[in-house]
Amino acid sequence: MKQTTKPTKSQTKNELAIAIVLMIITVIVGIALPSVRGRMAQSAWSVAREMLFILPAVLVLMGLFAVWVSGETVNKYLGHTSGVRGVLLALFFGALPTGPLYIAFPLAAGLAQKGVRTSNIVIFLTAWACIKIPQELVEWQFLGARFMLARLILTITAAIIIGSILEQVFSSKILKSKKNEE
Amino acid sequence: MNSALLINLLAAPALVIAWFTNRTKTHQALLIAWRSFLSILSSILMMVLLIGLILGLFSPEKLSGWLNTRSGWTGLLVTSLIGAVLHIPAIIAFPLSGTLLKAGAAVGIIATFITTLTMIGVVTLLLEVKELGKRFALLRNGLCFFAALVIGWLMEILL
Repeated sequence: MKQTTKPTKSQTKNELAIAIVLMIITVIVGIALPSVRGRMAQSAWSVAREMLFILPAVLVLMGLFAVWVSGETVNKYLGHTSGVRGVLLALFFGALPTGPLYIAFPLAAGLAQKGVRTSNIVIFLTAWACIKIPQELVEWQFLGARFMLARLILTITAAIIIGSILEQVFSSKILKSKKNEE
Repeated sequence: MNSALLINLLAAPALVIAWFTNRTKTHQALLIAWRSFLSILSSILMMVLLIGLILGLFSPEKLSGWLNTRSGWTGLLVTSLIGAVLHIPAIIAFPLSGTLLKAGAAVGIIATFITTLTMIGVVTLLLEVKELGKRFALLRNGLCFFAALVIGWLMEILL
């Protein structure tokens, strides 16, 4: 099987290329249309300033959690709980800022092997993908508390519903069905 | 209460406590933070320039005229597909989404975009298939896609 893709250096390079193109366009627009120069600079600066204030804290929190909450910790807690507590723990550990999604899949596979309910694995993965605590704070900052809270509640509801649907489909045999495919 | 302030108030004591608890681990954590900063630096630059260009070139009236067309399910579907395919960090997507929302974009469209962007990753799908099986990965992502549309629709009604 092909080596799987992590977001790699080539992607960063593409982004850098786009950024440079945008910079050139910005300079050209700035020279050609002096009347919009002020508004352009002001809106770019106001976003940049907000980001500079919020980003270091977000990254530091993520780094701390990535080091302190290891895969073993998640495995230990999620491996043995069920019921409402299981759901809450799956949400909680998913929402901790512990790194990118691609490290959650092997963890989820490990949990499945351990016999953790399919619904909790789905909730864990979905929470990991889109309910990160620092991310919610950034969403609050830029989109407002109402938007953030409404979307958060809907997302948690969706995660729980998707979890129960997938549990109907797979009972608790995610890995077995994977083997059957191969 | 300002959330940017709140997150700094969370991070600062956490960092101090971590430093006094275990310096090697804290050092490692800061290294991780620094590396992720470097890896998203170009997308931050991209986003800041893009916002400058959008808000500089188009007047607020024009922008809200374009964005607030009641595009209904077609609009939601297109936005959700864009969100699913794009691979930009959510932290970067929030400022851009906030700008568009303030410029008059429909709440549902923005919510759907953020939701598919974070919930569904075409890039990470391969890895999910490898670890959890094709059927599981496709079903989970498919259901998430549908959920994102419903979330956008509900947000439009609620807010």
